[in-house]
Amino acid sequence: MTIAAPPVAPATKTDQLLNFQDVAMTFPNGTTALSGVDLTVDRGEFVTVVGPSGCGKSTLLRIASGLTPATEGLTEVDTTRIGYVFQDATLLPWRDVQSNVELLAELNGVPKAKRRVTAKEAIDLVGLTGFEKHLPKTLSGGMRMRTSLARSLTLDPELFLFDEPFGALDEITRERLNDELIKLFTEQQFAGLFITHSVSEAVYLSTKVVVMSGRPGKIVDTFPVDFPFPRDPEIRFTAEFAELCGKVSHALREGHH
Amino acid sequence: MTVATPAAPKNRTIMRPGTVKTSRRKSATWVPPLLVALGIIAVWYLVSYVFLDEQRRFLLPPPHEIFTDAFFQPDVISDIMVALGRTAVVALVGLAIAIVLGVAWAVAMSQARWIERSTFPYAVILQCIPILALVPLIGFWFGFDYPARIIVCIMIALFPMVSNTLFGLQSVDKGQRELFQLQKAGRWTVLTKLEFPAALPAIFAGMRISAGLAVVGAIVGDYFFRRGEPGLGSLISNYQSRVQSAELFAAIITASLFGVVIFAFFGWLGKRVVGKWYDFSAS
Repeated sequence: MTIAAPPVAPATKTDQLLNFQDVAMTFPNGTTALSGVDLTVDRGEFVTVVGPSGCGKSTLLRIASGLTPATEGLTEVDTTRIGYVFQDATLLPWRDVQSNVELLAELNGVPKAKRRVTAKEAIDLVGLTGFEKHLPKTLSGGMRMRTSLARSLTLDPELFLFDEPFGALDEITRERLNDELIKLFTEQQFAGLFITHSVSEAVYLSTKVVVMSGRPGKIVDTFPVDFPFPRDPEIRFTAEFAELCGKVSHALREGHH
Repeated sequence: MTVATPAAPKNRTIMRPGTVKTSRRKSATWVPPLLVALGIIAVWYLVSYVFLDEQRRFLLPPPHEIFTDAFFQPDVISDIMVALGRTAVVALVGLAIAIVLGVAWAVAMSQARWIERSTFPYAVILQCIPILALVPLIGFWFGFDYPARIIVCIMIALFPMVSNTLFGLQSVDKGQRELFQLQKAGRWTVLTKLEFPAALPAIFAGMRISAGLAVVGAIVGDYFFRRGEPGLGSLISNYQSRVQSAELFAAIITASLFGVVIFAFFGWLGKRVVGKWYDFSAS
């Protein structure tokens, strides 16, 4: 994709895009959301974090994106091009698809003609060609999520954060979007940090699955996933896939006291 | 409190106009109120002709007499129309000022917590003061002509604008705010590109309420001041003291229709501006 980087490019091109060491998060009300989290995301990696509800998974992304600073530990993020997809599509209902996708570039002061082209490319990438003039309320949940994805793609992210983006969608839409996300991942060369509570989604999407325990969230286990990209949907029915899902589920149960 | 709660926009199936379902729905919304209107007129005639004897019929003249004795009388209708014009000027000027002032006040409160904390209680108090009690004082200070009437109007119409706008600005979705925050958008950008558009449905809901109140304010001010060029309020007061009941009813009906028209206009305007993306039927 010919989307230009924002002026501030990372000075050093190391492999590591995100590095958390001993990160902890305690909210002002005294709740400890995370404690002692070590996590890295390298270029080319798609890391998925699974954990029970309320274990602080989302907090990880908030720290990574800079929305909320961690209360303890070292957090290094070696890029300014960060995509963030929320649980909701968070589209502005008064803007059509085109204009919603242009929003981030608009906020960053990209000239109109340029951001129109960039947005158009992103819309094509997520398969929403022809829906540019549609308002969010006329779109299905899946299409709204695609719009949201396209919006973040205009930033040409090096690190893409996903906060349970497909949790509210039906199974069929979800699997379809999983495949398209894998396609985007292989084509657009971003690193991903994906939060979910679906074990099979985690295993299917990632190069690495990280399992978190219940509150305060800690990383209890990490599983590399070696299936080749682009992923064949049929791997979901193989013995290796089932075995890996079993291991992840087991780790989840172990960590959830 | 007169706060409209904009519900989250729902994913509705779109119906093409002219389908059976739409027309049936439309008739369903119009028929019951029409039946009620017919019922009221029937009861009206019943009271006029059956319960009131001829000497006391002036208390409730039969509906058609309001037309024959007032609306169709050139001198009466011209009096009413001139008065309506003056009242409309007061109401619309008062409303316009209340809208600008109310939105500005709410925006200021949404931008600085200390402004909200220190001034919002007074907006509420303004709403609690019986404006009628203040009317003589306003007359003292500002005379009894247009400026005073407009001030009464503003005082009555201001609160719904303030509270609705503030509510609208503050109920912006958290995720949408964070989206802007992630791009390091400044306050002004957040206000103009996010908060203000998001608040528009609530602002229009406030305008509709304030519009109705502005008409009330214009008439009340005039009714009590009874000086300067007479508006509908003075006219109503005159007809009442002269026991011209058909004329009195005609003036009351005119005032009511004006209120309804201005209320409907702002409903229409709101639908026109934000109806494309916001579903008003929920509120």
